[in-house]
Amino acid sequence: MNSMKHKKLNTEYSTVGSRVFDVINVAVLVGLALITVLPLLYVLAGSFASESEIAARPFFLWPEKFVTDTYKFIFSTPTFVRALLTTIVVTAVGTVVQLVLTFTMAYPLAKRYLPGRTLVLNLVIFTLVFSGGMIPTYLVVRDMGLLDSYWALILPLAINPFYLIIVKSFFQELPQALEEAARIDGCNEMGVFFKIVLPLSKPIIATFALFYAVSIWNDYMSPLLYISDPSKWTLQILVRQLTSADQADALANMDRTFVPPEQGLKFAVVVIATLPILFFYPFLQKHFTKGVLIGGVKE
Amino acid sequence: MATDLAPPPARAASKPGRRRRPGLGASLARYRWLYLMLIPGVVYFALFKYLPMYGITIAFQDFLPFLGYSGSPWVGFQHFQDLFTGPDFGRLMFNTLFLALLTVVFIFPAPIVVALLLNELRINVLKRSVQSVMYIPHFLSWTIVASLTYLLFSADYGVLAGWIRDILGDTAKIDYIAQEEWFRPLIILQQLWKLTGWGTIIYLAALAGVDPQLYEAARMDGASRFRQLWHVTLPAIRPTIVVMAILTSGNLLDTGFEQIWLMTTSLNRSVADVFDTYVYYTGITQGAISYSTAVGLFKGVVGCILIFGSNWLAKRLGQRGLL
Repeated sequence: MNSMKHKKLNTEYSTVGSRVFDVINVAVLVGLALITVLPLLYVLAGSFASESEIAARPFFLWPEKFVTDTYKFIFSTPTFVRALLTTIVVTAVGTVVQLVLTFTMAYPLAKRYLPGRTLVLNLVIFTLVFSGGMIPTYLVVRDMGLLDSYWALILPLAINPFYLIIVKSFFQELPQALEEAARIDGCNEMGVFFKIVLPLSKPIIATFALFYAVSIWNDYMSPLLYISDPSKWTLQILVRQLTSADQADALANMDRTFVPPEQGLKFAVVVIATLPILFFYPFLQKHFTKGVLIGGVKE
Repeated sequence: MATDLAPPPARAASKPGRRRRPGLGASLARYRWLYLMLIPGVVYFALFKYLPMYGITIAFQDFLPFLGYSGSPWVGFQHFQDLFTGPDFGRLMFNTLFLALLTVVFIFPAPIVVALLLNELRINVLKRSVQSVMYIPHFLSWTIVASLTYLLFSADYGVLAGWIRDILGDTAKIDYIAQEEWFRPLIILQQLWKLTGWGTIIYLAALAGVDPQLYEAARMDGASRFRQLWHVTLPAIRPTIVVMAILTSGNLLDTGFEQIWLMTTSLNRSVADVFDTYVYYTGITQGAISYSTAVGLFKGVVGCILIFGSNWLAKRLGQRGLL
């Protein structure tokens, strides 16, 4: 492999046209990366800038004067603190529920010898192609008495069928000999699952913990559909309320003691809703490509 | 794959000359732990996936909550007729299909192009940094994306709006957020920004799997870099492209509720209304439950036809299908 790479460099890639392409390619890709990241950095900088600086300077990545007024306002506002706490708790509980349900269901489905497995698997796959739709699902949630309950943000999304199938494929790839050995040592299926399978699954658990946590944290549709009580708003609803045209209404709903920095508030609320994700992102990045590929490339 | 073909030891011991399937009771007993683990998941699918499918029946009723699913009067295809002959249908169909077309033209090829460019990048550190940065937007919510769009494009204080004004020397302020003709470009820009980087993952993996000897051989034959791309790389990732195309086609009518809803204002409604947001609008905010269920069902059935159709087409074209 290595020697071949060298040959590549020495012969094919040394022509002028090829070098020009390389330069342009680097420029294009770095440009794309900048387009991706600059808006985020601008918002971060803007959240620490004063109202007058946001108005005066068109674009900046470093505020002239660091101001934390906006964050002080946000964290002294009960509506906001409540939304933040709600979202954190719902995300944490929801992720655990989703992981438990997904992994316990995927394990038996990975056993080819289990009678009835194909039927269940086909029923799962069918839900990928066809669904009851928004309104019938809403009615089910309502009939279960989950409207205005935080469970409505968790239970209807408890298993993502795509993730379930990926985890199932992962379980099928695990070396069977280990499970056999554990059984001979007197483990039942539960023992095998907890003592052998789960410890081997740490990377994929981490991946799907991230995916599930992100999807609940970011969910806007479920709270929009199922939560009408403003005291139960989640962060994403608040972000929407504060940054869109309805801002005035949202502020009227807030118990406030002084006039908030209007533009700065928009920047800061975006930062707060984004930050946790960007914080965990580097830790999990090494896992997620693997997780996606287990499911994706196989087909 | 074949590793788990070996059943638990009990079965091997009882294996006679001809295979006999154990009775229901026997397998329930032998695999009780596995079945026990299956129960919560099956209950989930029954409650939140299959019960709503049963609920589709209300599309053929005038659903009244106090009469319930069985008591409400049946009206046959009345709601579908209302939809097809109503004033909204043409607009909805056009908006949805137009966005779908834009997706096919702009969003689908973007990750392929970026993956190919990344694949040609031989400075590994740079390659990995660009990838890491471009994955980020995938993890941000549509509300964040919409907020960023407001912050960058709003007529009063948006940075980009200001820059465009400076460059083009436009004296009039353009309100990109509110104006109808800017709705679709903004939607497509948002999707490009959010989805492109993540979309490259699968193509990059496919590219990494291409046999280096093929390139070697092509170079021996004097193929330029571009010809190698054309004759080696693209054919090698064609199956991946087909699978992704099938997956995309099934979602063509799924314009994505959140993104569209977040970008809809009272001023751009005429171009923004798509089936997804229309279902929410008529069903939840207007209370036309049966009618909006019918709209959702229509959308679901067409989506089904699209995914099976494109799968069939892909097989006909000599590719391995998905289903």
